[in-house]
Amino acid sequence: MSTTIIWTIAIISGLGLLLALTLYLVAQRFKVVEDPRIEQVEKAMPGANCGGCGFAGCHAFAESAVKAPNLDNHYCPVGGNETMKQVAGILGFEIKEKAPMVAVVRCNGSCDNRPRINEYDGSLSCKVKASLYSGDTLCAFGCLGCGDCVEACRFGAISMDPATGLPVIDEEKCTACGSCVKACPKGIIELRNKGPRGMRMYVSCVNKDKGPAAKKACAAACIGCGICAKTCTHDAIVVENNVAYIDFAKCKLCRECEAMCPTGAIHGVNFPKPLDKEAVKARVQERQKKAREAAAAAAAEVKPEVKKEVDNG
Amino acid sequence: MARRTFSIGGVHPSDAKISRDCKIEALPIAPTVYIAVAQHIGAPAKPVVAPGDKVKAGDVIAEPGAFMSAYIHSSVSGTVKSIGPRKDLSGNIQTVVEIEVEGDEWKEGIDLSDTLVTDIPEDPKAIIEKVKLGGVVGLGGATFPTHVKLSLPPGKKCEMLIINGCECEPYLTSDFRTLLEKGEQVVVGTALLMQALGVDKATIAIEDNKPEAIEHISGIVSSFKAKGGKYQGIEVLPLMKKYPEGGEKQLIDAVMHRQVPSGCLPIDVGAVVDNVCTALAVYEAVQKNKPLVENSVTVTGECFPKQANLMVRVGTPLKYIIDYLGGVPEDAAKVISGGPMMGKAVANLDAATLKGTGGLLFLTREQTKRMPESSCIRCGKCSEACPMGLEPFLLRRLYKAGDMDALEANAAQDCIMCGCCLYSCPAGIPLLDIVSQARGQVMGIMRARAKK
Repeated sequence: MSTTIIWTIAIISGLGLLLALTLYLVAQRFKVVEDPRIEQVEKAMPGANCGGCGFAGCHAFAESAVKAPNLDNHYCPVGGNETMKQVAGILGFEIKEKAPMVAVVRCNGSCDNRPRINEYDGSLSCKVKASLYSGDTLCAFGCLGCGDCVEACRFGAISMDPATGLPVIDEEKCTACGSCVKACPKGIIELRNKGPRGMRMYVSCVNKDKGPAAKKACAAACIGCGICAKTCTHDAIVVENNVAYIDFAKCKLCRECEAMCPTGAIHGVNFPKPLDKEAVKARVQERQKKAREAAAAAAAEVKPEVKKEVDNG
Repeated sequence: MARRTFSIGGVHPSDAKISRDCKIEALPIAPTVYIAVAQHIGAPAKPVVAPGDKVKAGDVIAEPGAFMSAYIHSSVSGTVKSIGPRKDLSGNIQTVVEIEVEGDEWKEGIDLSDTLVTDIPEDPKAIIEKVKLGGVVGLGGATFPTHVKLSLPPGKKCEMLIINGCECEPYLTSDFRTLLEKGEQVVVGTALLMQALGVDKATIAIEDNKPEAIEHISGIVSSFKAKGGKYQGIEVLPLMKKYPEGGEKQLIDAVMHRQVPSGCLPIDVGAVVDNVCTALAVYEAVQKNKPLVENSVTVTGECFPKQANLMVRVGTPLKYIIDYLGGVPEDAAKVISGGPMMGKAVANLDAATLKGTGGLLFLTREQTKRMPESSCIRCGKCSEACPMGLEPFLLRRLYKAGDMDALEANAAQDCIMCGCCLYSCPAGIPLLDIVSQARGQVMGIMRARAKK
């Protein structure tokens, strides 16, 4: 009896030793030498594997970053500048700091602003809905409200507001990875500069319809009237295809466009004080009046030249 | 003897052909028509008229934008008012030519009489050219330019022409009425298509829920046999009713017992399939010089007080058709362009008809409301029903997982969007919506790969 136990222990132990030795030898023989910095970089990354950097995941980013000659094409939007500084420290690179971005929903077609004319009964997915028709309202460009962006967000930063039927972005949680931008079939969500202390201006509409049609579809639509572009003294607004767009690099956050917009399509967020629309309006109108008078006076002096310019234009 | 049908899948919805006894009547011309430049698969046509131009019915208003495109003709006489964007029936913006109607004058050279011309031109090229000039597109639903289908790729030979008279979609009766009222023309059109394709055999396939049509067309075909030539090769084949028998690949299976492999065209197995209305349009284009400017539209539904089969000029606003028949009934919750299985819900009643518009169907809330979605119970009914032999439940899972390679391996691109999976699912899962999304994405990937 006792001999059986001894034999069993001996055989099993011998087998274990033999296999351990084999494993050790195989591991030595097929050892893959990996740049140790890859692991270091990966450890410094947030580990969300969201793909916001354009690589398949954090490991792929690390692999590519280690091989890259500089970090110009590598930026982790989730970790932001802090993570990038760490990565640059490990790899011995210098980085240019990037302004933090945030996702912005450019549609204000809430249930109140945009009357529903159809009822949707299909699969609850914006992609499916967009392939079937233009949406429940007369606006063929706005939010479809099925929440593909909510599903796409890995950081829980987007939720649907039941009152408006529109997605709301939690700025604290948003990492600007861009998943929602890719998920939205209507291209409503945009990554914009977060702005100083979160203050930023944007046009909350992407409707390319002409003024009357856009207005009919939605009370808060950009009607492409161009008042904002004329108001802006920083040349930050362009109106293309009947919709205005604010260039965040040029915008100086003066909020004049917001005050002048006839439909309220331009939004300013995170400003400490509420906008005194009437005061700003009066100021802008006064300035424009003066500019007109000055232009008229100048035109009276050098009329022929002005006419020539008009011909060229 | 049991009738033939296709071998894989299929469902049996109630056929509900309540408008079957309504003769095709001509709809009075609308005061303004809106003719879209994209009414076919392929590149949109390029408008060749300008606002202010006077046009007659049958005048070309847009020319093909590419090989895969078709001529568009004015369906009315009047003045071109504008060329610009307008919302189509799903609310998306399309370029349309707006024509204000004045009288009803036709272009010279178009024969509007009822005289039957049975002599078939010798030259296939001449027939194809006339089909092209007539702007004929497939009227079975896909609106594939017919002249492209008739121009066989080099090395391919057609063994049989199949004329699709199945009309397997419930409710629709415009093909059925066309067979009954324009049977002779359809048979001549069949012979013309045979001549163009250089094929000696043709089968007119009709489902057995239309015995009058089978009898009527059989009579015409046997009386035409005496004329000899291509007429001798035409047969009428009654098929067992099963949806989607009118699908091209299903019909080839039912008639010729051949399977079109994944990624192949019907011509790869020696078949060309055309709808009966396409055969009629070919007859009119070739023998009468009359381009495709009007088509028959079934207006029906249990809640709709007046059933009708109407001959409608292309570009007539849907609202005008509905108002002519007494307006939208109060209990109608949904208007569908086409049949209930593959038709598209109309989001915008101001939209105008296209060449391929075959029906307008009114359904009540009870008829259209989807059942609440619950979990898949893996009963396999969708796989049993799929006429392409796909596994919709699996495709759904793969789509949710975002596995495009597996979707392609499981042939999501072969989906014909017939809706059998959704129809048969006891859990109310929107399988069709998901699988057609998957199909679109896989096809996009395949196209991108082919470009490289």
